[in-house]
Amino acid sequence: MSDVTQSVDFNDAQFSDYFALLKPRVMSLVVFTAAVGLFVAPVYTHPFIGFASILFIALGGGASGALNMWYDQDIDGVMKRTKSRPIPAGKIKGGEALSFGVWLSCISVIMLGLSSNFFAAGILAFTIFFYAVIYTIWLKRLTPQNIVVGGAAGAFPPMIGWAVATGSVSIESFMMFLLIFMWTPPHFWALALFMNDDYTKAGVPMLTVTHGKSKTRKHILIYSIILAPVAVGLSFTSIGGMIYFLAALMLNIRFLYGAWGLYRRKESAAEQDHYLSERRYFKESLIYLFLHFVALALQSVWLKIGMEAWL
Amino acid sequence: MSFRPLHELHVRRLSRNVGLGLVLVGFVGLVFGLTIVKVSNGSKLEAYDHSPRPSLIVEEKK
Repeated sequence: MSDVTQSVDFNDAQFSDYFALLKPRVMSLVVFTAAVGLFVAPVYTHPFIGFASILFIALGGGASGALNMWYDQDIDGVMKRTKSRPIPAGKIKGGEALSFGVWLSCISVIMLGLSSNFFAAGILAFTIFFYAVIYTIWLKRLTPQNIVVGGAAGAFPPMIGWAVATGSVSIESFMMFLLIFMWTPPHFWALALFMNDDYTKAGVPMLTVTHGKSKTRKHILIYSIILAPVAVGLSFTSIGGMIYFLAALMLNIRFLYGAWGLYRRKESAAEQDHYLSERRYFKESLIYLFLHFVALALQSVWLKIGMEAWL
Repeated sequence: MSFRPLHELHVRRLSRNVGLGLVLVGFVGLVFGLTIVKVSNGSKLEAYDHSPRPSLIVEEKK
């Protein structure tokens, strides 16, 4: 009898490797923003339906992450930040990730449609398509504006959450979309400032690679200036109010101040302290978005217990 | 009768198999929960199967 185990690949993928294909950290942001989108909506949703719907939205987001890892396996292997992902690490084969992503996309969209409504499921399907095809396959390697347009994919979850509850789109959900959409460029460009070598090596045309770092610093400032009125403007919709207004005002002043600091910074100074301010700004940008949605949720609780929006 | 020792393959894939099992059980629980909530909130019970559907049966004239 021949030894059948001889040809078996011993580098077997574990459950956690499949989970890693779903980009859990991105998924946590998707879950949080979608949950807030659902929570602040004016229509009551049964908690279990809300829970299941958010789970399927997260699954859809994860599926698009798997498709992204399938397509980007070549550049992921080159970049320091991504080379330990399951495909470049040799744990999961590219084709496996592709079918995993496609199947999970189908399951998540159909299940979201069944658990809430097919309008929300339609936006989820479009989000997956947008992230996997428009961003990953088409724009990412083509233009330095890649993340500006691609940011839309990450901005849809609160809109889907809102659609789960209401079955429609409105100015409120559009403004939540716009908040994440305008936030994405300064967030990723701050990352690109200190991860520039990675992107250069992989040949991804990030703004830092094609137009240089000083131009990128200027763009971060411009986008955070446009972002501020969007973020504060959300206060004047039906889901806003004093609590959100004050939070947004403070967060945006701080964010603008940080962007101004990055703009004024000389490249030599940044290199000297290993991009300390840029790293800090990147981290702060995550907190910035998180706190905006926390403020929206708090404002919603305030309104739901029958208090006045503007005190 | 004695059980055969576990094949090495099953040992290597234990986390995958247990994980997938738990995911499937969770999925079943989720669909069951959704059914309970939808039905108790008054959603339609009928499906597209082979039994006569109440909404398609023409009421007899008296």
